[in-house]
Amino acid sequence: MREVVVLSGKGGTGKTSIVGAFAALAQHKILADCDVDAADLHLILRPELKEKHEFWSGQTAFIDRGVCTECGLCRDVCRFQAIDNWIVDPVSCEGCGFCYHVCPVQAITMQENLAGHWFLSETRYGPLVHARLDIAQENSGKLVAMVRKQARKVAESEEASYIISDGPPGIGCPVISSLSGTDLALLVTEPSLSGIHDLERILDVCQHFGITTMVCINKYDINEDNTRRIERYCLTQGVEVAARIPFDNVITEAMVHGVPVVDYTDNGVTHELERLWKLVETRLNRKSK
Amino acid sequence: MIISVASGKGGTGKTLVATNLALSLNDVSKVQLLDCDVEEPNAHIFIEPVITRRETVSIPVPVVDEDKCTYCGLCAEICAYNAITVIKEHVLVFHELCHGCGACSYLCPERAISEQKKEIGVVESGQLGEMSFVHGKLNVGQAMAVPVIKKVKEKIEPDAIAIIDVSPGTSCPVIESIKDSDFCILVTEPTPFGLNDLVLAVETTRKLNVPCGVVINRVGIGDGRVKAYCQENNIKVLLEIPLDTTIARLYSEGLPLVTYMSSWREEFVGLYRLIQERLHEGSRSTKR
Ligand code: SF4
Ligand code: SF4
Repeated sequence: MREVVVLSGKGGTGKTSIVGAFAALAQHKILADCDVDAADLHLILRPELKEKHEFWSGQTAFIDRGVCTECGLCRDVCRFQAIDNWIVDPVSCEGCGFCYHVCPVQAITMQENLAGHWFLSETRYGPLVHARLDIAQENSGKLVAMVRKQARKVAESEEASYIISDGPPGIGCPVISSLSGTDLALLVTEPSLSGIHDLERILDVCQHFGITTMVCINKYDINEDNTRRIERYCLTQGVEVAARIPFDNVITEAMVHGVPVVDYTDNGVTHELERLWKLVETRLNRKSK
Repeated sequence: MIISVASGKGGTGKTLVATNLALSLNDVSKVQLLDCDVEEPNAHIFIEPVITRRETVSIPVPVVDEDKCTYCGLCAEICAYNAITVIKEHVLVFHELCHGCGACSYLCPERAISEQKKEIGVVESGQLGEMSFVHGKLNVGQAMAVPVIKKVKEKIEPDAIAIIDVSPGTSCPVIESIKDSDFCILVTEPTPFGLNDLVLAVETTRKLNVPCGVVINRVGIGDGRVKAYCQENNIKVLLEIPLDTTIARLYSEGLPLVTYMSSWREEFVGLYRLIQERLHEGSRSTKR
């Protein structure tokens, strides 16, 4: 079984539409949406929910005002400025438990957080594992790890060949969590200066963790000078530019209709996506474990 | 006044709005632009500020003096993030898991733990003409964005209109960036993805009790559901930016819209006036 995660540094580069196309093109695969903050893949794959599970993670301190003597020690030791007037601000509290350990009268308890949910669904294109982190929760990295773990479980029991993951934005904890131990990262970028800047950062992260990487330039014809810049940059980094997808409204139209673009139409965009998936598949299989 | 510019998903034009708003208001008032998208900071590409100060951001991580340590295991027991473990006669610290809470060094009965700084990012500040600029950058391979964001926000000048470019999503870095704002502009696009993520972003601002309004970017693609949603939920659409090849080209070259298409300057000043009106109305209705 091989795993590919599709990342983009920043969002909005067409990452999810590309994953949606792969869902329709690939055989024997499990799909995973690792963007637990703002998942979108379900809008294209229209899953039917099979299982819903609670995701408990982290703790929040709670002060029992009846016991508290207002000595102020908890407030003094807290490095996250979460305690004010003997009340814990749950948004600032990182759940470290320092206050709980130092309170001389045991007025503080640590309570488990229901941080979100993860789901197992069925789609026309195969099983999908996805999740929703509740607003203002931490530990998105842990929920990403959970999604990947469950996807691997399903993949093993179904003897799937591939896990295709829609990755989270950024370069921080959820991204690092989506990369660990994956076989390939496909980086989707667009030819704007900010796109190039984001690509450099995300590529740095992939290289830092020794992940095999490929690049796909979306909307390449919006600025062909920048496209050439990206290609030159990838060349110096020894990274393969696997596809150049032209700008075309069909990607948005397919999204509005809630279908993968390859099932919506047949044109230059979809041909390039087909070619891209074949290449990704070849690279995944070439990389022996 | 603090105005944050956020969006549920990335790539909707958040940075476009933040930078152009800052540049437009620069003639009218004292402005400060703060890029809190420390994972992928981009505002500087459009603003090209002269950076005059650079400060590293670090968190304190524990160092164990094994001469004093009795391997009692207390530190490992209390660490909420499993960042420290005691195996037989060894104490191992996993710096990338440590949140720097300080509990272990404070509670170690042998006083065997001291703290050392670990660099996780940098904050750079500078100037573009009259406008002051601050951004944070998380070091590659680091997971903890929040301390860098906090450091950026420490630089907020109270007498300026502070405009904050927020990272995408709804989790801790976003909350940290938006909280304490007077108003939050949510940038979206008229597509199903845009709507899905806008709904989450609205929920986030409501949870933080920050009033919000919407800017719709790339009007012309997609469908009308974003507008319908705003209307139903009584959320003001503050500005619409059309899908336009000139705008897209300027953006791709890192050039600010208001510098090259100066009529947009008035649009962004108008956006600010609308926010002022809404805040004014808001304070009147709460006083009543
Ligand atoms: S609490 Fe102190 S003495 Fe005990 S194992 Fe940790 S460092 Fe060593
Ligand atoms: S400082 Fe806090 S998070 Fe870091 S190792 Fe010590 S107890 Fe754990």
